[in-house]
Amino acid sequence: MASVTFDKATRLYPGGTRPAVDKLDLEINDGEFLVLVGPSGCGKSTSLRMLAGLEEVNEGNIFIGDRNVTDVPPKDRDIAMVFQNYALYPHMTVAENMGFALKIAGVGKEERAARVLEAAKLLDLEPYLSRKPKALSGGQRQRVAMGRAIVRQPQVFLMDEPLSNLDAKLRVQTRTQIASLQRRLGVTTVYVTHDQIEALTMGDRIAVLKDGVLQQVGTPRDLYEKPDNVFVAGFIGSPAMNLFHADLVEGGVKFGTATVPVDREILADTSSTIATIGVRPEDITVSPHEGEGLAVEVDLVEELGADGYLYGHSTVEGKRTDIVARVDGRLHPNAGETVYLTATPNHVHLFDAESGERLSDKAVAI
Amino acid sequence: MSGSLSITSAMADPALLDLPWDLPLESWPNETIAALPKGISRHLVRFAHLAGHVVAIKETTAEMAKGEYELLRMLQRLEIPCVEPVAVITNRTDAEGEALKPVLVTRHLRFSLPYRALFSQTLRPDTATRLVDALAVLLVRLHIVGFFWGDVSLSNTLFRRDAGAFAAYLVDAETGKLYEGGLSNGQRENDLEIARVNIAGELLDLEAGGRVADELDPVNISNGIVEAYRSLWTELTGSESFSSAERWRINERVNRLNDLGFDIEELAIKTDDSGTTVRIQPKVVDAGHHQRRLLRLTGLDAGENQARRLLNDLDSYRASYGKSDLDEEMVAHEWLMRVFEPVVRAIPIELRGKLEPAEVFHQLLEHRWFMAQQAGHDIPLAEAVSSYVNTVLRHRRDEATVIGPGTGAITTAIDVLATETSAIAVVDPDDENDWRLKV
Repeated sequence: MASVTFDKATRLYPGGTRPAVDKLDLEINDGEFLVLVGPSGCGKSTSLRMLAGLEEVNEGNIFIGDRNVTDVPPKDRDIAMVFQNYALYPHMTVAENMGFALKIAGVGKEERAARVLEAAKLLDLEPYLSRKPKALSGGQRQRVAMGRAIVRQPQVFLMDEPLSNLDAKLRVQTRTQIASLQRRLGVTTVYVTHDQIEALTMGDRIAVLKDGVLQQVGTPRDLYEKPDNVFVAGFIGSPAMNLFHADLVEGGVKFGTATVPVDREILADTSSTIATIGVRPEDITVSPHEGEGLAVEVDLVEELGADGYLYGHSTVEGKRTDIVARVDGRLHPNAGETVYLTATPNHVHLFDAESGERLSDKAVAI
Repeated sequence: MSGSLSITSAMADPALLDLPWDLPLESWPNETIAALPKGISRHLVRFAHLAGHVVAIKETTAEMAKGEYELLRMLQRLEIPCVEPVAVITNRTDAEGEALKPVLVTRHLRFSLPYRALFSQTLRPDTATRLVDALAVLLVRLHIVGFFWGDVSLSNTLFRRDAGAFAAYLVDAETGKLYEGGLSNGQRENDLEIARVNIAGELLDLEAGGRVADELDPVNISNGIVEAYRSLWTELTGSESFSSAERWRINERVNRLNDLGFDIEELAIKTDDSGTTVRIQPKVVDAGHHQRRLLRLTGLDAGENQARRLLNDLDSYRASYGKSDLDEEMVAHEWLMRVFEPVVRAIPIELRGKLEPAEVFHQLLEHRWFMAQQAGHDIPLAEAVSSYVNTVLRHRRDEATVIGPGTGAITTAIDVLATETSAIAVVDPDDENDWRLKV
């Protein structure tokens, strides 16, 4: 097992005008489950492929442990791309299916048997080692396929959108299995997904990329509670954080007709008179006082049992701005009504209206 | 059937509408299903009859079906040998209105066989080596156009007989991706490693099932792809330098590539400042050197090695009848009328599904040569044809749309497990017996 370090690693495709991955600096700890997440084209898969040795690194270096692998061929990097279309062969036993890659790698018989047994124990497959795949259940077959990667005892597991082809139910099930297996194995894992929910539920830490540039890396909680910029704020969380421009006034920020107080230190962080304000749907409440707060016309309320989501719109700077708020599942305004909404104290984020950067290094205390 | 069924197809074959899209693929009725050897796939794949052709139908996700359809079309435009994408069908629902999985429809290649159908009892090392060599050629061609396969294996390939060798066709592009800027060495190496491991797995599985000859070493054979790939890649893309006095080496390189079946479309030639050293590197190469020459001369469309074989016969016809000073096209026309076509016409209609005409011609030439060896004198063509038809061709199985053994392998990505369909196993055990021994 080992750590992984991207040291200003850059990938520029031939003929490209800007790098697909731009000076990526990222340290992944030994045994950590790190998720690379971002929208299509953000460079997450390219980063993974650079680590795998499938993409050239034009500038910078990549280390696995202390070893600089920047120019090492893929098969000599001691990594395993997991769930890469593993076939199970019907005439071979479970043990043979798990161990044959070791055989062609020249690993001796005893060593093979030992590693297969160890992996089988981890995967709860020990009783089935002498069976043929046909005699296994679907879930057991999946675990045999995982076993093929595990017996190689790689330093790092790489996974590129392994759940993208699953239906929603199986995806939830499998992501739990992968996460728990990774924790049992303790092997450093880099996992790529475009799905921020997958990232939040699986990763020890998450690295968010956009346009080839690392936006933020941190624990799921860090990213959710202290997004570094507007992009991360809008990308992480579902439904997404409400983001709109608001006027900065003495001691606070305007939220419709109301003024939400803001720490002076944060206000001192900018010379501008406006900022981008970010409030998560669960941090918006219906104002108890008519006419106080942001006037929102309710378009739809999605009832989800105990909770519901209110989808509405307001006018900010003369433009229609969509607003989402979490509301009580039973007692909530109805479509067509106009309600006044306010933000929960301590849970409002402020970003520079120009650069989109967070105006403070911590959640804004109001 | 739901009225909202959505079909994307370049061929717009109305017969597509007649297939029972409102049933899950696994419960399609037998009269629709063609009994064909099933390749290994992560998804359920079945074969069906469609307007006189056989099509492969794969249930998958809409995104993947569309992606693979587009990719196969792209590969076709790049003249890569692969299955023909027919359609993507989405918005399928059953009688109760429940959603059914989208499908990708591809056309099954006539005379193409999965590797498990290319031998009957046991796989011999030479056959395995020829399969691996064919796969290496395909992989090099794919890499030259910038295609990363991601799941290179014998199972994801179909093979056509090609005058003693095999020609490989890509069947499954699901994991592939086309890179406009070409592939990195790492990507090529990765594909090669995937190929090596998969081939070893496939051969070890055959071994476990008692279906390889004793002398076949799966690990050794699978390592062969690395060597075959590298030597072809170097020949096709490597640069070489020589003294400017040795300019004949340019022609030599061109000829070497022609012999391998490739044409050079663009060659970079550079001289150093002093002009004493020349450095050449093929920039654009195109497979099918002999195929194109045969097509130009005769209009015949054949495999690369078949074409080579036919051209050899054409050339010797030209030489032995003293026609070397005549126009090449004219002689080719004459050869076609007097030699090739009479042979093809001499094949009884009921035997024409056995092999492609060009393959028949190749085998006939072999047969005639063996007859001549035994008899100690030349054998007239007519006599050779009749002997070949009766002692060899008649005893072969029909390969146009072969019925082969169920491959039975289970492939699992993390998600879906290939549902086993029981492909009907009907194999003529005679297939791989060397027909020449019976002459």
